[in-house]
Amino acid sequence: MTKDSVFGMSVSAIQTMLRERSVSSVELTETFLERIAATNESLNAVITVCAEQALEQAQKADAAISRGEYQSLTGIPILHKDIFCTQGVRTTCGSKMLEDFVPAYDATVVTKMKAQGAIMLGKCNMDEFAMGSSNETSYFGTVKNPWNLDCVPGGSSGGSAAAVAAGMAPLVTGTDTGGSIRQPASLCGLTGLKPTYGRVSRLGIIAFASSLDQAGPIAHTAEDCAIALSAMSGIDPGDSTSADIPVPDFHSALNTQIDGLRIGLPREYFNESLDDAVRDRVMAALAELEKAGAILVDIDLPHSHYAIATYYVIAPAEASANLARYDGVRFGYRCKTASDLEDLYLRSRSEGFGEEVQRRILVGTYALSAGFYDAYFNKAQQVRRVITDDFHRAFEQVDIIAGPSAPGVAFPFGAKQVDPVAMYMEDIYTLAVNLAGLPGLSAPAGFIDGMPVGIQLIGKPFDEQIILNTAHRLQTDTDFHMARPTLQGLTS
Amino acid sequence: MSVTPSDIEKVALLARLAIAETDLPDVTERFSRVLSLVNELNTIDTDGVIPMSNPHDMEQRLREDRVAHPSDREALMASAPAQQDGYFLVPKVID
Repeated sequence: MTKDSVFGMSVSAIQTMLRERSVSSVELTETFLERIAATNESLNAVITVCAEQALEQAQKADAAISRGEYQSLTGIPILHKDIFCTQGVRTTCGSKMLEDFVPAYDATVVTKMKAQGAIMLGKCNMDEFAMGSSNETSYFGTVKNPWNLDCVPGGSSGGSAAAVAAGMAPLVTGTDTGGSIRQPASLCGLTGLKPTYGRVSRLGIIAFASSLDQAGPIAHTAEDCAIALSAMSGIDPGDSTSADIPVPDFHSALNTQIDGLRIGLPREYFNESLDDAVRDRVMAALAELEKAGAILVDIDLPHSHYAIATYYVIAPAEASANLARYDGVRFGYRCKTASDLEDLYLRSRSEGFGEEVQRRILVGTYALSAGFYDAYFNKAQQVRRVITDDFHRAFEQVDIIAGPSAPGVAFPFGAKQVDPVAMYMEDIYTLAVNLAGLPGLSAPAGFIDGMPVGIQLIGKPFDEQIILNTAHRLQTDTDFHMARPTLQGLTS
Repeated sequence: MSVTPSDIEKVALLARLAIAETDLPDVTERFSRVLSLVNELNTIDTDGVIPMSNPHDMEQRLREDRVAHPSDREALMASAPAQQDGYFLVPKVID
């Protein structure tokens, strides 16, 4: 193995090498740790590196492999978004509020992936409390997009996506409340999957909006996402919203046969407001699927337009309740020399939270406050049902729904920072999927001026398999997912 | 519906956030932009629609009522910014 050859390799390819004993997990782990050391100063994708712990885990993996014992991720180095609690390892959620927070337990996702033999290299940068679409709200600084260092990687799982694109790890975890896996996957040329709400346990994931949050994988290929999804999923007694539904082996069930698959194209996603270049790439990817036997069907999601307004009531409202726990008393940042308890609350929160987080807490508090609850929160929950019903009606005609993942490619730093609403529009094609609790995947669909574009595939509840199959077929017939950024001048 | 700086101050107090006087105009202006975005909800008729509080209209699953593994109190308390004898310390509340 030459060291450079593993950077950008898929999980399944690395798995084969491990099983053939052409590389050991310790060698892999050392190599990826070196890669992080060489590139992170420029990219800032990783907040915390766990070298010692990773090498220990890798030694155990090698011992297991030598005994012929394999789990689905045995020996594979991964990174977790810094929103997943990791026992004994600082978990910041991208916030000053949790700068020194060391959790006493692992998130269920972390436990499950560890049990499958994954090696945790460290924790990825992210927008503060997952609120943002550019990774610019992180207290730990912006993350650079490996495809163009002047551009954002997307967000909120921006560090996770940049890490895979830069070859720091073949697989990372992310979370997606309104598009935070799919949009950065799109902007960094990767495959990212937001599972059905309830598929993956939320225990130990620092809460943003509890009825929308889901964790999922970001990797190079749909095949790798399939491997990771089975490892992450399943009912958890610690999360009463985790679904009591069997978890298939998504990987062994992968099937490129999509003859007769009905793909719905919402008119509302392909209307005149869609960027022409994005439309071209998405339509070209759809044409490939059509060649493979899929049938494209125009459909209507007539209330799509309301998704953004609905989301920006529900998500901030739930966030304002979830973030009430940060009071400077039990854990997290505490202001210096508080004069009384009220002062302690006020200053710990104002000093500990950044601007976007405070804005969403204010909006959410307003929407839930006396006199406005019915006009905003209740109303938004009603519209949420109307939007969800649109999807269910559409799924009577089609098997999956396709559209763009994001309105454009990665944009320069600062471009959307002045007007919060301009940033919120980044998730215009992804938000509704969270409101309806559906699985959604973004896969590479080509490039515009050298920057990646994604196609989004949306499935019925708990039918991740069909969107994984469709993306896998696309990746069998095209090679957009094989492209890697050059990282010129970045690595020694 | 538009908001004034004094509305923002009231909401901020409810949320236990202190907004500096100098930041108030900017905070109000950006808050208003978000509010005009969400005010679009007023243009759709939802009479009779049952509010949806979670995606699959899930029923709350109850666990069996039995003693489970206790949390590690010491490990959890270790995250507290100030503590003594297993209690969280806060500024004096009663004189």
